[in-house]
Amino acid sequence: MTPVKSKKAWELRLYVAGKTAKSVTALTNLQKYCEEHLKGQYVIEVIDLLEKPQLAEGDQIFAIPTLVRKVPEPIRKIIGDLSNEEKVLVGLNIRPA
Amino acid sequence: MSKSRKNISATSYPTLPKSATGIIGLDEITGGGLPTGRPTLICGDAGSGKTLMSMEFIVRGAIEFNEPGVFMAFEEKADELAMNVASLGFDLNKLQADKKIRLDHVHIERSEIEETGEYDLEGLFIRLGHAIDSINAKRVVLDTIENLFSGLTNERILRAELGRLFHWLKEKGVTAIITGERGDGKLTRHGLEEYVSDCVILLDHRVIDQISTRRLRIVKYRGTVHGTNEYPFLIDEEGISVLPVTSLHLAKEVQTERISTGIAGLDQMLGGKGFFRGSSILVSGTAGTGKTSIAAYFAAETCKRGERCIYFSFEESPKQIVRNMHSIGLDVQRYLDNGLLHFHASRPTLYGLEMHLVAMHKHIRKFKPDTVILDPITNLITIGSVGEVKSMLVRLLDFLMEEQITVMFTALSLNTIVNEQTDEGVSSLVDAWLLVRDIEFNGERNRGMYVMKSRGMKHSNQVREFLITDDGLSLVDVYLGPEGVLTGSAREAEQLKEHTGQALRDYALDRKDREVLRKRKVLESKISSLQTEFESVEEELNKIYLEEELKKEVMEKNRREVMAMRRETKDGGIPAPAPAKKKGKK
Repeated sequence: MTPVKSKKAWELRLYVAGKTAKSVTALTNLQKYCEEHLKGQYVIEVIDLLEKPQLAEGDQIFAIPTLVRKVPEPIRKIIGDLSNEEKVLVGLNIRPA
Repeated sequence: MSKSRKNISATSYPTLPKSATGIIGLDEITGGGLPTGRPTLICGDAGSGKTLMSMEFIVRGAIEFNEPGVFMAFEEKADELAMNVASLGFDLNKLQADKKIRLDHVHIERSEIEETGEYDLEGLFIRLGHAIDSINAKRVVLDTIENLFSGLTNERILRAELGRLFHWLKEKGVTAIITGERGDGKLTRHGLEEYVSDCVILLDHRVIDQISTRRLRIVKYRGTVHGTNEYPFLIDEEGISVLPVTSLHLAKEVQTERISTGIAGLDQMLGGKGFFRGSSILVSGTAGTGKTSIAAYFAAETCKRGERCIYFSFEESPKQIVRNMHSIGLDVQRYLDNGLLHFHASRPTLYGLEMHLVAMHKHIRKFKPDTVILDPITNLITIGSVGEVKSMLVRLLDFLMEEQITVMFTALSLNTIVNEQTDEGVSSLVDAWLLVRDIEFNGERNRGMYVMKSRGMKHSNQVREFLITDDGLSLVDVYLGPEGVLTGSAREAEQLKEHTGQALRDYALDRKDREVLRKRKVLESKISSLQTEFESVEEELNKIYLEEELKKEVMEKNRREVMAMRRETKDGGIPAPAPAKKKGKK
């Protein structure tokens, strides 16, 4: 994969394993929240572990789907299908808890 | 459990395939190792050795059985793990570089993680699957997967996923170990035993009387027979060693070869040849009776034959023994230098009885001695009850008998009670029992030794005086005189007295002999003078006889002449008959 070289304020990575219902839901939810709150300042990278299993170790992935906020630091992880908007926004520090 | 019944048919059906762990003793208890291709649960308290045991399983698998393994750690980081087991001589980094093992640290930090909605642990599966495939692993360890429960809150999902994980592991065909922390009243805190049903091993770490002992028990092992007892195990610089059971049968090989005790007098008491090889000997006695000296002599004798001996000392340090034996003219150092003799000194209180047993096992296995000496077993009583010490010694004896190793124990019997019974109660187990005891008499203390028993050989029933001199040990017959059994200087005095008497008697006899000789000479000369006298008398008698004869002859002649003269006058006639001449002889 090519490292994402962007100056976006939010770099998000979504780990999935194939096109499962949960993965699809998670991606849809994520895109929705980002469009609503971070329009233009984010980039989402979707990593399918079925294709690149070696990447799971680096980000300490064990649950699927997992959303990793790489930027801004510190790294945060949200696991699950992201169905609870409130939790996702708090978890990503988009909205203060 | 129906294990015993299953065992009956075990011969006719293919048995459960097993993967050897390579851990000393564990494979014996499990009858070959852990179930191949199935998960095994190892549970125990914190610090009971779970991680180490599973790591040893992986490392030994990779090194000894050429089965690469994946170690997935949920607690420690890979480099921490590597450092922890480096002390056991395992170079994890090199093994990783050689693609023999793979460490993966799963870091779960609750504060970093937010949960929302449905998820599964597919990520873990993929990681594990990738690790397994990358080195073609046959063995997997998950240590400790329960950490997931502290990192994630949705127990429903976790339980479902764990169930799936164990199924998945079985499908993968890897031999897996899952470790779990022990919970209250349960084997594991989160009930992992529900998922792992094939083999469960429980580790325990107990402290009794300030002495800690690690123990291991196989709680269940489906489809195979296994030892059900608690087995002590030891963690030392070479990893884990589990002590296997007492052998259940008394069907040992025996030897008829005899070996010398190193003390000529003692050999003589034992039918002139010494002990049987592979037998067990107990030397008991009160303090300071020379038990250690006897043991050291036996050890030195073993080495003199070019055999190996291991000496477990529970009281003295090796240097002390070397020095002390030097004083009685026994050079032990020589055998230490050429490697035939090995000392292993440890305080009994260093660790528990079982640990002592495990440690001795290990040393014996490693050194492969022909003779083992335990000096003294009495001190072991300080760390266990009589029953425990006995049971430990029985197991040690069993092991030694199995290996055909001759063993000599020394035991201290208490000064006050000389009831010929050792506290450890091993006297009924040993083959030969020597008793050294004080004989207090005539204001001095001497040592007496006798053979209490010696199975299968003729042995002396005599008490011998046991002497420890600058030149070594020796046995002398005690003096049995009119005043009873004498030892020490009393014996010597008595012997001296007897010696003097002997000399006097000898002198007296000599004198008598000479007198007889003289008498004989006198008589002989008398006899010869009488003989001469007799001869002269005989000659005298003979002379008279001859004269008579002569006279008679002459007279006869005269008579004939006279007759002849008469016939001539009467005209010849018949010639006169020849006279009957008689020769006079004596």
